[in-house]
Amino acid sequence: MASQSDDYESVVKVKREEAVAEFRDDHKGFVKTVQHALHVTPSLVPLIVLIVSIIVFGSLLGSKFFSASSLTLILQQVQLVGIVAAAQSLVILTAGIDLSVGAIMVMSSVIMGQFTFRYGIPAEISILCGLIIGTALGAANGILVSKMKLPPFIVTLGTWQIILAANFLYSANETIRSQEIRTEAPILQLFGTTFKIGANEAGQGGATLTVGVIFMLVLVAFLAYMLRQTAFGRHIYAVGDDQEAAKLSGVNVDGVLIAVYALAGLICAFAGWALIGRIGSVSPTSGQEANIQSITAVVIGGISLFGGRGSIMGSLFGALIVGVFTLGLRLAGADAQWTYLFIGALIIIAVAVDQWIRKVSA
Amino acid sequence: MEPILKGRNLVKRYGKVTALDHCDFDLYPGEILAVIGDNGAGKSSLIKAVSGAVIPDEGEIFLEGKKIRFASPIEAREAGIETVYQTLAMSPALSIADNMFMGRELRKPGFRGKWLRQLDRSAMEKFAREKLSELGLMTIQNINQAVETLSGGQRQGVAVARAAAFGSKVIILDEPTAALGVKESRKVLELIQDVRARGVPIILISHNMPHVFEVADRIHVHRLGKRLCVINPRNHSMSDAVGYMTGAKVPDQEMEMA
Repeated sequence: MASQSDDYESVVKVKREEAVAEFRDDHKGFVKTVQHALHVTPSLVPLIVLIVSIIVFGSLLGSKFFSASSLTLILQQVQLVGIVAAAQSLVILTAGIDLSVGAIMVMSSVIMGQFTFRYGIPAEISILCGLIIGTALGAANGILVSKMKLPPFIVTLGTWQIILAANFLYSANETIRSQEIRTEAPILQLFGTTFKIGANEAGQGGATLTVGVIFMLVLVAFLAYMLRQTAFGRHIYAVGDDQEAAKLSGVNVDGVLIAVYALAGLICAFAGWALIGRIGSVSPTSGQEANIQSITAVVIGGISLFGGRGSIMGSLFGALIVGVFTLGLRLAGADAQWTYLFIGALIIIAVAVDQWIRKVSA
Repeated sequence: MEPILKGRNLVKRYGKVTALDHCDFDLYPGEILAVIGDNGAGKSSLIKAVSGAVIPDEGEIFLEGKKIRFASPIEAREAGIETVYQTLAMSPALSIADNMFMGRELRKPGFRGKWLRQLDRSAMEKFAREKLSELGLMTIQNINQAVETLSGGQRQGVAVARAAAFGSKVIILDEPTAALGVKESRKVLELIQDVRARGVPIILISHNMPHVFEVADRIHVHRLGKRLCVINPRNHSMSDAVGYMTGAKVPDQEMEMA
């Protein structure tokens, strides 16, 4: 090394023992500890908010709110939002957004109903067709996002309108009445089947669960397992976190995106089936709020809109928080607008917390 | 001695720009080969061609004497060529262990792995911890720490450890010290030497002449899309190397062995 003219690095060369790349876990004080805990378990905030809001409403309203029947009523009221929010969570974890969730849900329910009643196809097969079409619509979103490299917001803004319009055109704005479904194809209302636990002889009180509620809980548990314990789940996070890095480290990014949007479509189709169970009839005009409600639940649930962070449990908690506020304020006799006011504030707080959690390097 | 990785007559054109102009390349077993060259000389294109990130328009690449043709970095990786990109290619919110096994996760044996597709977290964590301590990345208290909580040098260390753990044939390092401070660069250079000590050849792309002259066995000087010469750092000065690179000086002979 002839021209190592000024050996400016000799100072650091000798100090070999200095641990530059060591992984130390300094004690950083309470705030940092909280920040770290939230970073590791992002669904902690919505869980705490949920528990606190149940306690607050419970102590204000007493047994009117804090009873098995009221609490399970919340579950029934949030089942659709909960299922759609699960689909939305997957998409948002990949740093995307799916504005077509509500449209896919309604379209699937209309297909299930119309195939059965217009063409006389057995209800089971119609349901299968609805699920397949929902998945295909989701996959179409996925292909546009991954292969055509279009922004998810724009893609799903477009498919939302297309699917919704197709839904009205196809159904001719016709509603299939609850009575007809109950007598001819009761399986369409399967998700509305109720179980009573601990009711008195007159069928009053006690916990009321529906197949839809149980489906929502099982779905969230399944997705939580998938996201944490399988390679596919880790890839969803990696794609949302840094798509380029994921690609370079060997993740099939396009495959993951298509699979996620298709899975979201399938879940929305199940939501469409659950929608029939919830409202009894098949109506092409129902479920229009599902888009905003699902995004609200996801954001309150602490899933980052920038992708790669958050847990699916969070969006279930987010949906439940909205449900608790809605029922709690209604039982308290407050104007329904208070609910929206609180939810709006919660959204902003949730995003602020997300930004704070991201500042980990500080 | 037969090169472990050999490129012959590689050509890569981007529209009217010829990034690689009938370029040759040789990497011998167990050596550290530095690749230097001015900006735009075609270093990156050369490295991308051998690591599968771009497909050369013409020419052939041989790995251990066998002709290969990679369509993607994943294929190169499967053949045992690992690349540490300048951007590191890590997911900041995921843990060290998650990142090390990204795209090649281990599943649990038996029913839970095969049917429930469950990941074998403890095995992956154990492996990651072993590899990091093997490379002297010291006592890791929390292998489940998110990568974004690490410093620049630590991240680089994890990326090198990942490449070292899985790169059985060749490891390519693209500007591994460019974003680092003096002390952190030192650590990474030590890592590079540790990897070589284990017998895996390394391609090192760097602009930092002192680093190149310190660790490289041979230096591939790239100029105008082709290999100008390969020099032995012991017979040349840094100013010679910069002279060859910029065209200010003409080398006496084309190939020198280490």
